[in-house]
Amino acid sequence: MDLNYTAEEEAFRAEVRAFLAAELPADIRSKVRLGRRIHKDDFVRWQKILYRRGWGAGMWPRRYGGADWSVVEQHIFDEEGAAAGAPPQIAFALRMVAPVLMSFGTAAQQNYFLPRIISGEHWWCQGYSEPGSGSDLASLRTSAVRAGAHYRVNGQKTWNTLGQYADWIFCLVRTSSDARPQQGISFLLIDMKSPGITLRPIITIDGEHEINDIFFDNVQVPVENLVGEEDKGWTYAKFLLAHERTNNAGIGHCQRALKRLKEIATRQSENGRPLIEDSRFRDRIAELELDLMALEITNLRVLAAVASDSRAPGPEVSLLKIKGSEIIQQLAELQMHALGHDALPYLREALEVDWVPPPWLADHYGAFAPPLTGQYFNYRKTTIYAGSTEIQKNIISKLILGL
Amino acid sequence: MDFRLTEEQLALQETLRRFIARDYDFERRRSLARSPLGYSAQAWAQYAELGLLGLPYPEEFGGLGGSGVDVMAVMELVGQGLLLEPYLSTVVLCGGLLRDAAARALKEALLPQIAAGKLKLALAAYEAAGRYELAHVAATAVRDAQGKGWRLSGRKSVVLDAPSADYFLLSARSSGRQTDAEGISLFLVRGDAPGLTLQAYPTQSGGRAADLDLQDVPVDADAVIGAPERALPIIERAVDQGIAALCAEALGIVTALNEATLNYLKTRKQFGTVIGSFQALQHRMADMFIAAEQTRSMAIIAATEAAGDQPAARRRAISGAKAYIGRAARFVGQQAVQLHGAMGVVDELNVGHYFKRLTMIDMTFGDAEHHLARFSDALRVEALGAAP
Ligand SMILES: Cc1cc2nc3c(=O)[nH]c(=O)nc-3n(C[C@H](O)[C@H](O)[C@H](O)COP(=O)(O)OP(=O)(O)OC[C@H]3O[C@@H](n4cnc5c(N)ncnc54)[C@H](O)[C@@H]3O)c2cc1C
Repeated sequence: MDLNYTAEEEAFRAEVRAFLAAELPADIRSKVRLGRRIHKDDFVRWQKILYRRGWGAGMWPRRYGGADWSVVEQHIFDEEGAAAGAPPQIAFALRMVAPVLMSFGTAAQQNYFLPRIISGEHWWCQGYSEPGSGSDLASLRTSAVRAGAHYRVNGQKTWNTLGQYADWIFCLVRTSSDARPQQGISFLLIDMKSPGITLRPIITIDGEHEINDIFFDNVQVPVENLVGEEDKGWTYAKFLLAHERTNNAGIGHCQRALKRLKEIATRQSENGRPLIEDSRFRDRIAELELDLMALEITNLRVLAAVASDSRAPGPEVSLLKIKGSEIIQQLAELQMHALGHDALPYLREALEVDWVPPPWLADHYGAFAPPLTGQYFNYRKTTIYAGSTEIQKNIISKLILGL
Repeated sequence: MDFRLTEEQLALQETLRRFIARDYDFERRRSLARSPLGYSAQAWAQYAELGLLGLPYPEEFGGLGGSGVDVMAVMELVGQGLLLEPYLSTVVLCGGLLRDAAARALKEALLPQIAAGKLKLALAAYEAAGRYELAHVAATAVRDAQGKGWRLSGRKSVVLDAPSADYFLLSARSSGRQTDAEGISLFLVRGDAPGLTLQAYPTQSGGRAADLDLQDVPVDADAVIGAPERALPIIERAVDQGIAALCAEALGIVTALNEATLNYLKTRKQFGTVIGSFQALQHRMADMFIAAEQTRSMAIIAATEAAGDQPAARRRAISGAKAYIGRAARFVGQQAVQLHGAMGVVDELNVGHYFKRLTMIDMTFGDAEHHLARFSDALRVEALGAAP
């Protein structure tokens, strides 16, 4: 047992920190730190900067342009990035479709898509869920019918995150309905500019546009855009899900939220004194910090075990998803509670980083209050998406505990 | 003991239920929340006709002489319908405060006007640095040169329903330190008084509020409500009645959310069966049912004790109810969203709006933890005697 970082790891941390200090654009940094809206251009700009440094996808193998980072190196990078106010790298491309392409894609697919993913040229979104198929994804009905050199795709995907920015979407579609539902599913890559695709924005309870319905009406997709074999898409989807969930602990993100919570509680006052002096409020922060301390190590333990056996992540990643999502929700809840009555105002315009608070609102509301209530509402999603908490607990109880 | 609502109360609820179904469905409510006013002036007039705006005032002031439980019956439906009108601010908080503490002449002048729907008021009692502490008053009241009236200066934050208020009931201090219980007076201030500026904004649950800035705002001597420099108890009592009303509103929402969620569990299918057949969700729903029953009991306690004139007993009931309901409602709200899956986080469905309103109720006039602390401090005093 040794919880210390090696000298090389410490050196790596110093390198990451120096890089962030020099290269992270100040405007992006303040949006992230203040919880203001981050736009497409911000994400892409940052991805391009990382790419130029050779860190566009640190965990990828070198032959695809990655840096072959270990689990610990990735952790250090996430932690430093979050602390510095770097935006998250969008997972759909880097951590979802890319690993699938590396394992199951054709050389042509790899050669075309992977360089464009890592450079930030292509934005990807995920087309899995449908109105009738959420937790029970295998029941999906969007159909792809082979017609010569194309598939003709019809149906509806929903809850699609940031599809309004996307160049490409990876979809699960039904290519056969003869056998068990899992067996007739295929994994298709679809150009979002294809005729027949329409997007309908879905506004979430925080008033923001983050998700969409996507309708496919006789969309022609070249057969070259099939990944792996027809009807075998479920295997790739499960592989992808396991990769997705390894990132769901979001330790760096939680650490930043915890730090922010402490700042807020220090600056908010209660009957004229800093709120952090109220031991009852402080205890609630402390309890969350303990949960996060434990999860940081659990996360590294689980990921290290996966790495050392060089296997795909298994059902144990479910616990990272459950805990990570619960902790970020509770942090958001406490941040909002720190505000007292300042949790009530809803100033949409205040979510832009260049918002200037009106005179006397500034001293109590301006600095940190604007995003917090909406964020609390929005983060209810974290225990719903990417496999709900209930589904993850089913996985743990069946696949790990054998119940 | 009798835990039933009277025939009249049930009839009142039924009237409101029909009104909501006919004139205040979810889509209508959404468009009202987005309108400049933020609520329905027409609905306000209808409430006046129904007698709701004078419900808790004596008949001699144009009211119906209703009780705390009558208000509870109304607020439960305000919750179910997610009604946006400033009932809490005008009728319960300010009207209630005037009824309990104002001089007779002022009551005669104002209460019938409120009951007729012609006058709206808002309570400006909280300041940013005080968080939930009503005794934290930095706004100042200074006698004017002639020694007749007063001049008020300072700021009040997040004054609910301020933009539509004709008058404010506003606390300001003429002696003592910022957090002293003594030295606070309560003033009736015109919404258009010179030197008073509003910074208005919508709230997270669809209503309206504002920050107030006062610079040498002149008020007459007879604009003081209750005893000068001794207003804190009457403000606290009014806020306690407001809290009881919020508890009843939360009850209405919890009930509505449970109904919606139960219905969803019975109809949403995944894995070839309704999701209500999964035991994990059955148990969750059972817990939500229990939380709703407990919420009702606490809302009843709050409604029957809110008007009490023994501050210690009242605090126990009110803080106890707000703390308990805050947590129970948080559980129900979060789980209703969770059990609806992604449908729970969309603006198009009422579930998310109920959840947001419950959250804002918790954050108003002290969250569950604030009131738990008050309850627990009272317990300490009970056990050990007053703190040294
Ligand atoms: C903000 C947001 C962004 C999203 N982004 C995307 C995206 O980019 N692409 C995409 O494809 N999808 C996306 N999703 C969809 C997400 O994956 C689904 O919401 C999720 O799979 C749950 O499905 P559902 O919403 O249909 O809920 P349902 O599956 O209908 O579940 C409803 C409730 O029942 C519970 N439940 C279901 N089955 C069981 C069971 N067997 N045992 C116990 N409980 C059960 C669930 O946990 C939930 O509480 C997103 C969702 C959200 C909220």
